[in-house]
Amino acid sequence: MSTENRKLINIATAGSVDDGKSTLIGRLLYDTKSLTTDKLEAIERNSKQKGFDYLDFSLATDGLVAEREQGITIDVAHIYFNTEKTNYIIADTPGHVEYTRNMVTGASTSSAAIILIDARKGVIEQTYRHFFINNLLRVGHVVVAINKMDLVDYDQQVFEDIKKDFEALIEKSDYSEDQVKFIPVSALHGDNIAGSSEIMNWYQGPSLLDYLEALEIDEHEDNSAARFPVQYVVRPKTEAYHDFRGFAGKLYGGNLSVGDEVTVLPSFTTSKVKSIHFFDQEFEEATPGSSVTITLEDEVDVSRGDMLVKSDELPKSEKQLSATICQVNSKPLRLGTKYILQHGVNQVLAKVDSIEGLVHTDFSGTEETEQLKLNDIGKVNFRLSKPIHFDPYGDSKSNGSFILIDEASYDTTSVGFIQ
Amino acid sequence: MKNTFVPNPKEAESIHIIREVAAQFEKPVLMFSGGKDSITLVRLAQKAFYPAKIPFPLLHVDTGHNFPETIEFRDKLVEELGLELIVANVQDTIDQGKVQEEKGRYSSRNSLQTTTLLDAIEAHKFDACIGGARRDEEKARAKERVFSVRDDFGQWDEKNQRPELFDMLNGKIHHGQNVRAFPISNWTELDVWEYIKTENIKIPSIYFAHKRETFVRDGMIWTASEHVYREEHEEVKERMVRFRTVGDMTCTAAVLSEAESLEEVVDEIKASTISERGARIDDKRSEAAMENRKKVGYF
Repeated sequence: MSTENRKLINIATAGSVDDGKSTLIGRLLYDTKSLTTDKLEAIERNSKQKGFDYLDFSLATDGLVAEREQGITIDVAHIYFNTEKTNYIIADTPGHVEYTRNMVTGASTSSAAIILIDARKGVIEQTYRHFFINNLLRVGHVVVAINKMDLVDYDQQVFEDIKKDFEALIEKSDYSEDQVKFIPVSALHGDNIAGSSEIMNWYQGPSLLDYLEALEIDEHEDNSAARFPVQYVVRPKTEAYHDFRGFAGKLYGGNLSVGDEVTVLPSFTTSKVKSIHFFDQEFEEATPGSSVTITLEDEVDVSRGDMLVKSDELPKSEKQLSATICQVNSKPLRLGTKYILQHGVNQVLAKVDSIEGLVHTDFSGTEETEQLKLNDIGKVNFRLSKPIHFDPYGDSKSNGSFILIDEASYDTTSVGFIQ
Repeated sequence: MKNTFVPNPKEAESIHIIREVAAQFEKPVLMFSGGKDSITLVRLAQKAFYPAKIPFPLLHVDTGHNFPETIEFRDKLVEELGLELIVANVQDTIDQGKVQEEKGRYSSRNSLQTTTLLDAIEAHKFDACIGGARRDEEKARAKERVFSVRDDFGQWDEKNQRPELFDMLNGKIHHGQNVRAFPISNWTELDVWEYIKTENIKIPSIYFAHKRETFVRDGMIWTASEHVYREEHEEVKERMVRFRTVGDMTCTAAVLSEAESLEEVVDEIKASTISERGARIDDKRSEAAMENRKKVGYF
């Protein structure tokens, strides 16, 4: 598969309503020739129908009737395009405050974010929120696209002022200056999107696409040791594989090799990796992101939800948990509420022990609260029915995050980032 | 040098999803149309559970208007891999008086499939249906979750979807609900073709250029068949064509092509300026054709 030699970059977009996110994505698709003739014709037709004298690229991404009706993005859309070098997946997330949860959703799988700012409006409250979420989720790279430069006469001073305001935000965050890039653009006219702008010749940096193409992404963004949560026990019970008992899962963190001493969590029994299988082949070593099947030397008890780790690199195992929570459901999180906590593929029961505070998304600190409402971000302590085996979110996105599931509705109500 | 396994990220993600379906649900089924996407799903499912067999059956909703080559391929594949196949016939649903055959110029059994599918889900008590839909296919599909909860009427509530974070999938549902699971959500058409090529996966012959009796309507090439409505002035001609997507004859248009090998097919897809679903007659019905079908239970 040629995606093996093309890198994959997941990008989330963020911006307020009418900042032009959908237009920017449409423009990227258009300029990289990713829009097929029939889709382009549909855009032309619909733009004309709506009486626009320009191409409304948002029509390429707003897929729901309710979205086209209102001209807004309600839910995350995933947009795909390829260049010679890279496969891109863009999570186009809504800008409305009430859809913050969808922004968190989009950012959770992304290694880069595009934050749009309307050049006429500059840094606004929504910008804080967008940047804060990227900071919280540790999205590795942020590009701030200062859009609608055409509406401020392509004025360099406007760009510099917004950049300065934003740099004050960076200082309050965990980001370093070199993780954040500023680009003046006009999505509508295509300035600095896929090619450099002739009008803004005061800007010498890369276009948005050039910047993305040059990004060096650490695909797994995981500083943890090898973590292998067991998804499924493979027991063929056929003549050829009568005694085969393999543990299927996806490897996170570090590599795992045949012969490695491993500990099975939660039982803490130990064994050695006997073989590593992928389909009809065997390997001596698996790298992070591998959906492989592993067998062990000894007949140890391993079931779904258990985790295999190297014996000298154990994660934390605790029944108490402190985490930053983002509430993604309209049912508020309150003191004493019980949830099903899903950590990777493992599920335990969790009870809200205390709510430390509501976190302000403008980096100004926390305030006391009794509950977390939809789209709130807060610090919460939990008590668990059984220990889970985790790394801090800063070390491992996969082993340091969890979701909470409502016991009655089964809805996903919250996402947590373990401290 | 160690023999080290380096994953293809999209393949690894799909296998992860398929295993979650098998682990989280009691009675999953893989929706199999005989098209390239569901064939890819079968290969991914093989990889997910190897050396064990795929632990769920295949379900084919047969409109009765399928290309014979597809049906032949389906039966051979099932036999070779020792899989269980369940066929649900749209004809039965028509005979039961639950749906009515469409008439006229654009008559198709495509939308009738929904009722047959929902009946099959109910009859077999399937709680998860694995499908080969991809988000790049169509803009309503771009909004779809990997685990998409449907109510006991099979309905999709597009404004109230469960957020999906990282690769944690919440498959908890109430009795009567079902989940549509889409393991190759993040693949593009080109990804699928390149995968089929690299893996050397067998596909039905209609994907390669062949001579076929066709006629042209609305700029699209239709198959001339007893199942496809045709007016007298619509002239049938033999053309060298292939198919990019396989629905049944009444909703899938052919494209002119000389591509006879997988290499040539991949090159053709790369050079094409028309989207895959540009040849789907069922999508041309209205701007929201897919969304409307999905809302009532189409896969």
